[in-house]
Amino acid sequence: MRSDRQSAPLGLKIAAAAGLAFLHLPLLLIFVYAFTTEERSYQWPPPGLTLQWFAVTWNRPDVWQALTLSIKVAAISTVIAMILGTLCAAAVSRTRFFGRETISLLVILPIALPGIITGIALRSAFNLADIPFSTWTIILGHATFCVVVVYNNAVARFRRVSGSLVEASMDLGADGFQTFRHVILPNIGTALVAGGMLAFALSFDEVIVTTFTAGQQQTLPIWMLEELVRPRQRPVTNVVAMVVVLVTLLPILAAYYLTRDGDQIAGSGK
Amino acid sequence: MTTAVAFEKISRHFGTVKAVDAVDLDIREGEFFAMLGPSGSGKTTCLRLIAGFERPTAGRLSIFGERAEDVPPYRRNVNTVFQDYALFPHLNVTDNVAYGLMVKGVAKAERRRAADEALELVKLPGYGARRPGQLSGGQRQRVALARALVNRPKVLLLDEPLGALDLKLRENMQEELKALQKSLGITFVFVTHDQGEALSMADRIAVFDHGKVMQVGTPEEIYKTPNSRFVADFVGSSNVLPPDFVLRHAGEKRWASLRPEAVRLVEQGPGSIAATVISSAYLGGTTRLGLDVEGQRINAVLPAGEPFPAEGKPVHIGFARDDLHLMDEGG
Amino acid sequence: MSLAQASAILPERGGLRGSLSDTLWRKPTVLLVLLLTPPVLWLGIVYLGSLFALLLQSFFSIDEFSGLINREFTFKTYGELLRPSNIDIIVRTVSMAAMVTLAAAVVAFPIAYFAARYARGKWKALFYLGVMLPLWSSYLVKVYAWKLILAKEGILTWLFAKLHLTWLIDAWLSLPIVGGNSLSVSFTGTFIVFLYVWLPFMILPVQAALERVPQNLVEASSDLGATPAQTFRNVLFPLALPGIVAGSIFTFSLTLGDYIIPQIVGTSHLFIGQAVYAHQGTAGNIPLAAAFTVVPIVVMGFYLWGAKRMGAFDAL
Repeated sequence: MRSDRQSAPLGLKIAAAAGLAFLHLPLLLIFVYAFTTEERSYQWPPPGLTLQWFAVTWNRPDVWQALTLSIKVAAISTVIAMILGTLCAAAVSRTRFFGRETISLLVILPIALPGIITGIALRSAFNLADIPFSTWTIILGHATFCVVVVYNNAVARFRRVSGSLVEASMDLGADGFQTFRHVILPNIGTALVAGGMLAFALSFDEVIVTTFTAGQQQTLPIWMLEELVRPRQRPVTNVVAMVVVLVTLLPILAAYYLTRDGDQIAGSGK
Repeated sequence: MTTAVAFEKISRHFGTVKAVDAVDLDIREGEFFAMLGPSGSGKTTCLRLIAGFERPTAGRLSIFGERAEDVPPYRRNVNTVFQDYALFPHLNVTDNVAYGLMVKGVAKAERRRAADEALELVKLPGYGARRPGQLSGGQRQRVALARALVNRPKVLLLDEPLGALDLKLRENMQEELKALQKSLGITFVFVTHDQGEALSMADRIAVFDHGKVMQVGTPEEIYKTPNSRFVADFVGSSNVLPPDFVLRHAGEKRWASLRPEAVRLVEQGPGSIAATVISSAYLGGTTRLGLDVEGQRINAVLPAGEPFPAEGKPVHIGFARDDLHLMDEGG
Repeated sequence: MSLAQASAILPERGGLRGSLSDTLWRKPTVLLVLLLTPPVLWLGIVYLGSLFALLLQSFFSIDEFSGLINREFTFKTYGELLRPSNIDIIVRTVSMAAMVTLAAAVVAFPIAYFAARYARGKWKALFYLGVMLPLWSSYLVKVYAWKLILAKEGILTWLFAKLHLTWLIDAWLSLPIVGGNSLSVSFTGTFIVFLYVWLPFMILPVQAALERVPQNLVEASSDLGATPAQTFRNVLFPLALPGIVAGSIFTFSLTLGDYIIPQIVGTSHLFIGQAVYAHQGTAGNIPLAAAFTVVPIVVMGFYLWGAKRMGAFDAL
């Protein structure tokens, strides 16, 4: 492989580096703004740096409430999505049955179609069925589009756990439950955890569907959206934005490390 | 002798595909039994029927006299060495080997001891702590073998066990498997598409084609007296001679097979047949000639050292009438 | 090891677990049904049910005087959808989606190509994370970051001033359509933010497609005397195309349905998402909102159909 040692043409290097910089610099900017002393505008460069906004944010009950609701919703949605996604992946990868493609399509549809469609569809269904908005209406929506990330991760791993491993286990005297416990679970475990983390990150961050299913409740993204539309406390928003970046990065990094050997995180699953 | 595995009119159909079609088969206790056939001939499906990974769509399957169609794999005292070995990637070698004992609830110390013993048996002592990923193909296969044998199965099934190994390793393993089978006395059933492997290892062979058993017999019977064109062609790379040809040279209008080593180059004379050399290949110990005889292609294998004619040369061939094996049907 | 003395068939294990396990082996369909029932029920009832209810409502109409929804089957709402002002919205949104997709393909290609062909080992992981992290970072934070950047007092204005290029921004902003009062209230701003937010969705599938191009194909092409440009046009691009189409499914679909970006960074001209949001919310005209959502569904339907024919799904 002679070409492996060849280095890339300069133009390509520059274009790739510029592309990556375009992706990352705006996020880094968030970190600077969290420390700015400027309160009323988005002035650059910051006239001064301060830590005071962290304390201010810390003492804001509305931020805490929104954060708590977001975590609660994300946690429950993740659990539901993990169960449904794993079941679906197991069924699809186990056998070639009639309608297999349809099942895949059904799982992917909630993210393949624009979020606004999912959102308005759920909202009008709640209206028709006279279901009042609650935490559960948010969860219903989130779990629906989170299924696909768990599913994508699990399907990729199930494919690697070849059918003969299950047969080998049964051949050696393990019944269905023992096979699940001793062979299937250990082999798909990390993929499931990774899928769960991505689902958590996805739910924690979701805003489009949530605006339709939350009613008067505020998740953290909804709180931020209101600040974006009608900025009132810019410094607090800056701090929250930074915290959100950090909080979502952790599960992504963890998911990456759990799945890096072999299959990749199903990034297209978002 | 008791029958280890009995197939009675067993069929396994997948929709319209008849993977196994009304097969009757008796595998005797303690024998080394080979199922030979091209891919898609149903031999692997038969193995999976014995293991319990497939269920027959019709017919009766008994293992040591007990009906087995409705028995799941984990209740059959039968173990399999898989073609891809199917070692558990998350367990080390000891835990892989001890898996069967673990799910049966054998105490930890005892299953460790049994696993070590089994690894010794397959000549891999001291490999217990490794992961399957750190082993070579040959070593993985030995682990797979130990993992099956540690359960002391009544029947051991081997699915193309040597397919993934290189030539040298394969020859070693052939000998070892045979020796192992002799010393343990377990019934071995192995699936292969390699006729040389089947002939050299098995006590008896079943030749499969299109979901049916074409012939069952000892290697010698199969090789010397194939009952059909298919078996003659697949097993011995024999010359399959059409009825017209046989009528002209042996006086009977039937299909026949003639092994290439039975064909001799002779001087022109009574009974000799004119032929033209089309190809020759030097094989070390022997030389293989491709001959054109009255438009019929015939292969001959000559011992090395014998002078062989150049391509395109006219020659005369002959064979003993006894070597011509007449077959019952045309296949 | 001695010859086994045990029976060839072991006794049934008994109990609920034993018999359940045996049953699932005998009837694999039962297991399949057990596995599929919960997810299919959930997605079928919660999701498809809602979607169906929504589509149904697009055939209802709203009474203009009372503001009540008239639940009779009619195409009246679709007639309303085809008013010039609404057609404008649709054309605007679809052209924006097309431009964002095109730009994303252009920007994504070098990154994907570099990652697929030149990055090895540590660098490869770094590139991968370098795309994954922005992809998964909070959508709103990303939009917010651009609000900071594009603001009149923000970093971009400052940067151009430092480079003495302020005239360039002013000239651009004075252009019709793409211009505006400032970048943060112009289509240019909307376009940049869309491009930024959806770019990773394009990089990943293109990289996946390029990784499947055997290295020796590129070498064979240059060996046969092709210039790099020819190699790109005749070998790399056709092979990467399924990846680009796969990525464009995301960039296109996501742009079609977004209502937050044009609301925060953009002009007062509406996009489909905003129209849907406005009609279902303050106006209470659910039928028209529903009819509007049919547009992206139909557009994406054709798009997916075309993509499938090009084999783009293998690159997902």
